[in-house]
Amino acid sequence: MRLAIFSDIHANREAFDACLAHAMRQKIDRMVCLGDIVGYGADPQYLVERLHRLTEEGAIVLKGNHDEAAVTCDTSGMNEYATAAIEWTARSLDRQALAFLQSLPMSVTGEETGDCLFVHAEGSDPHDWRYVNDPVSAERSLQAVVQRVTFCGHVHVPQLYNMGKSKTAQLFTPKHGEPIPLVGRRQWLAVMGATGQPRDRNPAAAYAIYDTDTNELTYFRVPYDIEGAAAKIHAAGLPNMLAARLFVGR
Amino acid sequence: MEYGVKVGDVVDGFVIEQELHVGGMAIAYTASHPNIDKPLIFKIPKIREGEDATIIVGFEMEMMILPRLAGPHVPRVYGVGDFARTPYIAMERIPGETLFARIEHAPLPPEEVLEIARSVVTALADLHRQNVIHHDIKPSNIMTRPTGESVFIDFGLSRHNALPDLLEAEFHLPMGTAPYISPEQVRQIRDEPRSDIFSFGVLMYHLATGERPFGVPRSQQALRTRIWRDPVPPRKLQPAIPPFMQEIILRCLEPDPSRRFPSVGRLAFNLHNPDAVRLTARAEKSARDGVPAVFRRWVKSRALPPVEHHALPVTATGLIMVAVDLSEGFEYLAEALRLQTKRLTLSMTDVRVACINVIRLSGVFQTASFDEEGRNVHVQRLVELKNWARTLDIEEDKLSYHVLENFSPAEAIIEFAKTNHVDQILLCARGNSTYRRFLGSVSSEVVAKAPCTVTVVRAVAPVKEAGEDPTQIAT
Repeated sequence: MRLAIFSDIHANREAFDACLAHAMRQKIDRMVCLGDIVGYGADPQYLVERLHRLTEEGAIVLKGNHDEAAVTCDTSGMNEYATAAIEWTARSLDRQALAFLQSLPMSVTGEETGDCLFVHAEGSDPHDWRYVNDPVSAERSLQAVVQRVTFCGHVHVPQLYNMGKSKTAQLFTPKHGEPIPLVGRRQWLAVMGATGQPRDRNPAAAYAIYDTDTNELTYFRVPYDIEGAAAKIHAAGLPNMLAARLFVGR
Repeated sequence: MEYGVKVGDVVDGFVIEQELHVGGMAIAYTASHPNIDKPLIFKIPKIREGEDATIIVGFEMEMMILPRLAGPHVPRVYGVGDFARTPYIAMERIPGETLFARIEHAPLPPEEVLEIARSVVTALADLHRQNVIHHDIKPSNIMTRPTGESVFIDFGLSRHNALPDLLEAEFHLPMGTAPYISPEQVRQIRDEPRSDIFSFGVLMYHLATGERPFGVPRSQQALRTRIWRDPVPPRKLQPAIPPFMQEIILRCLEPDPSRRFPSVGRLAFNLHNPDAVRLTARAEKSARDGVPAVFRRWVKSRALPPVEHHALPVTATGLIMVAVDLSEGFEYLAEALRLQTKRLTLSMTDVRVACINVIRLSGVFQTASFDEEGRNVHVQRLVELKNWARTLDIEEDKLSYHVLENFSPAEAIIEFAKTNHVDQILLCARGNSTYRRFLGSVSSEVVAKAPCTVTVVRAVAPVKEAGEDPTQIAT
């Protein structure tokens, strides 16, 4: 089974549509979204509806901290830009959309998708929204879970960690379009880049495909209409910085 | 957990036939598969409780890398099994023995050493082109196909540029084979492609002299010796070794990677073109360096800078091939080509330019080696080629000149580019020639078949005298 895995779409319709079209050409069987459908971008209603429909077609969709904040309006721990975006998002979503966000699970493990864990932030405590951004934080997640492969997002930087017998995690920065076999007697933690707001200085939208039969994971970067997404952010009256950062991928 | 198979077992359709080889890291069985019409090898890791973890990780690396590789210089993989069930790699069985069998007869005559070296370097260049550093070049890891191609058979220590290096962070000790390991590997640097060039130098030295340049070190401290102690020059052991070969071997064995050949492609170029090897003091060196020089290097080695990671491209050789048309009447094309060559090389820091001219042979008439005036055609072309390159403003030691003879100029150019791992070909296209009209152009054939980038230079012929050609008169 070929899974297309998205994370941190952040209401960026142009980025998501470009990635989904790219994924469709790679012949995927199932879709996974690791959360943060909304927040920052100008198209929350469109994306929530889109993912709602995809869920009905079998997609796995998780809850991210921005999705939760849009429902609860609790923005503690968020910076001023994120807070402004959440307040705007909460006003822009209809009741059905909010109900869908509220219904999303924090993590999913699945037999049919292999020995995998899907979670937004990391595996040791999904509710704590901690970041995986170095080997130590990766070890914390990997040591807390039993699954062989964990997929997460949240940091907006694509990374791949593996941990063998020595229990120390090693970081690898994946390259676009190069399939990586997740082999061996070791655990893997695949951090997806952000589809809608990349922060690794590469502005192209990120997603990945995991083939459960060949056990290969391929990270992709897809160029999209940043001008279009940014213009909508300006038009919505969201902070300018949220548009500007899309161009530089930071 | 113990993994194992017995003779007669069937795993994923692979029938285990007999034990072939029990190595330090793995056990190999002969095998067959009903759908595969080839003798196979079924390789499993040799794991027992409490065994060295490097065996598992080495096998994991091989499982990742080997299926990604293609071409005649690696065994073809037919199946991989992961650790969740039975870890294995099922691959094509290369008949015959490894190069180790030849080592017993070393020292080999220089011509034989050169023949083996050319075959192995072609395989190594192909490997580097596929983004892999082998890290364990040695005779027992190299086999030869019945068709002559060298094949690497073990990738347990290799590193692929686009895959995680499982070995790097897991172990804090040098990994390699003691006599062959490069100074960088001793220092646990695993992203240096020129490490393979060092090990290749050890291999050539061993084949040519019958001795290992750094012996068989038995401790980590002894491994480090190669950073400051130079080996006995090969020609001192075997005077029959030509100076160019000593130059190549000792350049491969330079402790500082930046003093070796910059790429395997460039090493291949030198092995295939002995005349183009730039001879330095290394070629005539007759004794090891004296105590003061060795002491200086030893002191320096104590203060080597910490490991620095650099993303050196594994592949680019920096070798430009310029096919020059020296025909009379086409001087303007040669001039345009010179200009393009200048522009291109200006932007490259470490470049070598091979200037080529092809003498077309004729199948019907015996091609005369001498022209009407009794001049040697070959020599004359060489002189003209050098004259063409004179104003390129490229240092002489970065230029080489080759006059090729072939029935088909395009074939000669393509063949040269393949053998020498050329990065880019520059050549001219004549706008209008009789040959082109009837037989197709040389440039279009080169563009279609060359293994690398090809730049076709065009230029407008100078305007002829007014009145001579009415079409040229501007209105």
